[in-house]
Amino acid sequence: MDFFLEPLTLVTFFPLVGVLVLLLLPSGNKNLLRWTALITSLATFGISLWVLSLFNASNPDLQLAARYPWIAVAGWNIEYHLAVDGLSILLVLLTTFLTPISILSTWTAVEERVKDFMLFFTLLEVGMLGVFMAQDLFLFYIFWEFTLVPMYFLIGIWGGPRRIYAAIKFFLYTMAGSILMLLAILWLGIQQGSFSVPELIALGGIPADIQLWLFIAFAAAFAIKVPMWPLHSWLPDAHVEAPTAGSVILAGVLLKMGTYGFIRFNLPLFPEAAIQAAPWMALLAVIGIIYGAAVSYAQGDAKKLVAYSSVSHLGFVMLGLFAMNPQGIQGGILQMINHGLSTGALFLLVGMIYEQTHTRDLKVYGGLWKITPVFGTLMLIVALSSMGLPGLNGFVGEFTILLGAWGAGSGVLGSVLFAGFAAAGVIMAAVYILYMFQKMFLGPEGSIVEEVKKHGHALRDLNAREIITLVPLLVFIFWIGLYPQPFFNLIAPSVDKLVAILQAAMH
Amino acid sequence: MLLSESISTNFFSLAPWLVFAPVLGLLVNVIFGGWFLKRAWGETAVGTVASLASGAAFVVSALLAWSVYASGGHGESVFLAQWMHIGDPSTGSGQALILDWTFRVDSLSTTMMLVVSGVGTLIHIYAIGYMHEDVRFKKDEKRYQRFFVFLNLFIAAMMILVSGDSYLMLFVGWEGVGLCSFLLIGFWYDMDTLGRSSWANSNAAKKAFITNRIGDLGFLIAGFLMFWAFKSFDFDTVFTAAESASPELIVLITLFMLVGVAGKSAQIPLYVWLPDAMAGPTPVSALIHAATMVTAGVYLISRSAPLYTLVPEAQYVVAMTGAATALFAATIAVGQYDIKKVLAYSTISQLGFMVAAVGMGAFVAGMFHLVTHAFFKALLFLSAGSVILGLERGHHHLAHHGHGTPKSPDFGHAGAKSDARSQETLDSGHPEEVFDPGDMRNMGGLRKTMPVTFWLYLIGTLALAGIFPFAGFWSKDEILADAFREGYTGVYWLLTIAAFFTAFYMGRQIWMVFFGEPRHEAAAHAEESKPVITVPLMVLAFLSIVGGALNLPGLHTFTEWLEHTIEVHAGEFVMSVALISTALALAAIVISWLIYGRNPLKAGQPDPLKKPLGLLFTGMENKWFVDEGYKAVFLDNYVRISKFLADVIDWRFWHDWFHEKVIAGAYNWLSNVALNEYADQKGIDAFANGLGEWTKEVSASLRRIQNGFVRSYALSVLLGVVLILGYLLLK
Repeated sequence: MDFFLEPLTLVTFFPLVGVLVLLLLPSGNKNLLRWTALITSLATFGISLWVLSLFNASNPDLQLAARYPWIAVAGWNIEYHLAVDGLSILLVLLTTFLTPISILSTWTAVEERVKDFMLFFTLLEVGMLGVFMAQDLFLFYIFWEFTLVPMYFLIGIWGGPRRIYAAIKFFLYTMAGSILMLLAILWLGIQQGSFSVPELIALGGIPADIQLWLFIAFAAAFAIKVPMWPLHSWLPDAHVEAPTAGSVILAGVLLKMGTYGFIRFNLPLFPEAAIQAAPWMALLAVIGIIYGAAVSYAQGDAKKLVAYSSVSHLGFVMLGLFAMNPQGIQGGILQMINHGLSTGALFLLVGMIYEQTHTRDLKVYGGLWKITPVFGTLMLIVALSSMGLPGLNGFVGEFTILLGAWGAGSGVLGSVLFAGFAAAGVIMAAVYILYMFQKMFLGPEGSIVEEVKKHGHALRDLNAREIITLVPLLVFIFWIGLYPQPFFNLIAPSVDKLVAILQAAMH
Repeated sequence: MLLSESISTNFFSLAPWLVFAPVLGLLVNVIFGGWFLKRAWGETAVGTVASLASGAAFVVSALLAWSVYASGGHGESVFLAQWMHIGDPSTGSGQALILDWTFRVDSLSTTMMLVVSGVGTLIHIYAIGYMHEDVRFKKDEKRYQRFFVFLNLFIAAMMILVSGDSYLMLFVGWEGVGLCSFLLIGFWYDMDTLGRSSWANSNAAKKAFITNRIGDLGFLIAGFLMFWAFKSFDFDTVFTAAESASPELIVLITLFMLVGVAGKSAQIPLYVWLPDAMAGPTPVSALIHAATMVTAGVYLISRSAPLYTLVPEAQYVVAMTGAATALFAATIAVGQYDIKKVLAYSTISQLGFMVAAVGMGAFVAGMFHLVTHAFFKALLFLSAGSVILGLERGHHHLAHHGHGTPKSPDFGHAGAKSDARSQETLDSGHPEEVFDPGDMRNMGGLRKTMPVTFWLYLIGTLALAGIFPFAGFWSKDEILADAFREGYTGVYWLLTIAAFFTAFYMGRQIWMVFFGEPRHEAAAHAEESKPVITVPLMVLAFLSIVGGALNLPGLHTFTEWLEHTIEVHAGEFVMSVALISTALALAAIVISWLIYGRNPLKAGQPDPLKKPLGLLFTGMENKWFVDEGYKAVFLDNYVRISKFLADVIDWRFWHDWFHEKVIAGAYNWLSNVALNEYADQKGIDAFANGLGEWTKEVSASLRRIQNGFVRSYALSVLLGVVLILGYLLLK
């Protein structure tokens, strides 16, 4: 039993208890199924808080390890190895935090096949947590691929009109990148004789030219997931078709698996190659920031607008990571969390209005602030967070990233223009996000108000459940905005360690 | 407590309450405001809470100013909490970012605090009366609460701006006030300035926010340069380090900062948002868009005095920007018909005076003018608000007392109407012509119906025109004298001509609004405002009269006060300068009387300057077509490029063509055609077909997914995991 009571094993696999219960419950009692999933996810969140309490923030190394030999054939040493450090602890918490929120958001939105939906959602959490904690490449790959399956079904069964297309595209696109990563993993395991990430980092000594190939192979999988421009084509399809809760998790957590992959594997495993690639990665990141923001502005569909904004926001994260200094990387990690919070909240809000109106066409909206004041106010706060208003979370992340990227202009990036153009993206963020807010909540009353009335009910403001769904996100939007230091303290030592590895490689 | 004890006590530790007090006020109104408003005394309660919160900030400001004074003029930094600490300072890599929430209390910041909270509180009180009527004219009484919440939020943000101890904390307030500006310009977000259903007000709000963000980019870049050169954002650290930095770097920093100033303080080329900002309720125009927020740029340059004084080239650019703006905006003000638009362009022009002053290194003159301008421009805007309300009352009176719908004469210059009004999307519910209570062509003769407002307005006008001994005379004269003595001849003449125009357009306004005969029935029936509106105005009027005493030549009270914080040189009174500017101002007023006062405008008559000035006047009337130019060059192209990227590049090319046709098509071609025809090997054939079939199958299976399939999948995953873990456990 001790094995299961190890904190990281417990938090990762606890959702399976929920899966077991869900399997045994009758599919007719929808509320019971919902509550089961919710309580499971809340308990998992509780366990993750226990993990946090055990976490020693001043220790830069991997902690709370659960490590066992697993598959030892033909000289392979594949291990079951879960551990957390400053690079991943916040992402673990983000996952356990967003899952119950997402489940709560499906309360009335998902009425069909609730049992299956909850099963997939709960399974998905296992995969995501495993991705952020696995320290063995093989184990990591299994969790990585495993997350695809539930998401594939979530989009394919509960999605919009073109859900099949979107689900297959999502699946194949991600698979294509992962295959290259699998090859690189096998190469590492065979040539270096280990699949263990910390061991491989300590071992080092991969020749620079091979590093570059390995870097590219890993980057292929991660860049598609992020998604970095120009590999983003699956994203608008997946987001637009996915059910709200799916979008929240997709934007909030799944995309972070890509950016996380870069800091966990690409930077420390192949530091020389990463330094060589940094200006190119930064270039793609900045193109993504500008391109995503411009394309976002031209969307007539609220959800698609938010989806493209992710391309822009994740560009900031990538820019920060490849600035390779404490400001850039810490900002990048914090911005992963911030994007999860604010874009997650944006998808929730868009989903909540969609539930009432069944349209996301911005043209039919307008003047809703007067009719739904609470809704409008919450949307405004989230929009401001997304566009990086100082005092809210987005600013802290974007500012530190830009500061780091500017500083890297005289170092690894070679030019301050990356930071300069990225900073211009901040203006463009204001353009698209204010455009969306205006079209929905300001101006004269849109035609949708009458349209809804024709169906015999009026537009209503948020109800208690919806507000409860959003309030936790808002708390963190303000907390990180005003007092981010506790969050920085959690990630700082591990980032410093990573920066030291990179700096050693620079000389 | 003994007097001696209380004197030795300082109140520096109260500094955070500058922000907490208004935040507390807004929280009370957010939580209880709705409940208040259901009571008869609700509006008074909401307004009183907000005014008390702002008043508390004023009391704190006064105590802090006293503390600065009592400690011999030396300021103090008050630490509140850590903000962002990144990087390890002990490693000595010199890259650590150390940012705290620290308040800076010195003579410069307390001056701003007193202006913001002092004028702010008066405007809060005024707004209790103003908004009471405004929400009724606009038919949405529930919005009363929201107004005071936003107003308190503004005070909080402005306090962060002026009291921050680092450039970054200043920036938090800087963008925070931008947000409040957005919220309050778009306060009547579902209508235009005439109350018709429209996107106009919300467009104006968005324009303000985005234009300001363009400026903020400059501020941010200045910040990045600063941090990587000096490893800090703290004022003192930066100023000390800057002395030994290369001048090129300081020029870059100061000029990027100027971009931020141009955005916030409405200077060329980013001033275009401010006239549109008049869409906000009048108290907002007075507080945010005249007295306080827009002067933030002037404060920023004064605060950065140690940087600017290092680089005369940058100072020259700043001074010329200000002087050019001062004159340019003054010419536009001459051609406006909207009472608030005239004042808006006047504000841009006066901000130009201040920016020119601080650009020349005349920081005291700039700050002095900032203070007096806050008094008399707030007075003018609020009086204009009183005029507008008076006309609306008259209009209302007519509509409700059997006079039928009041007719407004046809003026025949629809083309000259402002942007907001040309974008009208006439609601089918309002077929009758919409009355514009802010159009000076609807006014005339108001000195009889609104005598109190008239006298107040006149005082504001004389102060703005720079007539001895009103406040504006002293402060404007100090700027001109400094320009003259420091050898900024170009700046001096630009500003002097601008001062002439100032007196002229204000004279024009006085004659058009208060003299002659009413040109509209509403003006004939205009009613004077209540004391809750006029009493705060009297306070401001008093300050507009005596405000010059702050820094009288020879006494230099204000100079000595600021001397503790920034290096200053005492401004000297130059008699010839004073005589020239006074003569020009008087001449301008006389000319305005000859044109607008002697033969008052008749209803429907075009502006008498239109004919003699011809194209020149058309340019002034249409704001020199700058908005149109920006739209054609920047806005339209941005929209066009976005649409092109989104529709053509991203969707049709990348999404549809490349992914669907090229990738998926090549795959199909490979599996169906190429392998069938050229590779006659059954194995490959089957493999390729199999892959193709598999994709089809997956999609097909999804379409007819049965419950059992999904469950068995979940069950198999569960079993697999259990097996693996069990193996580990038992091994």
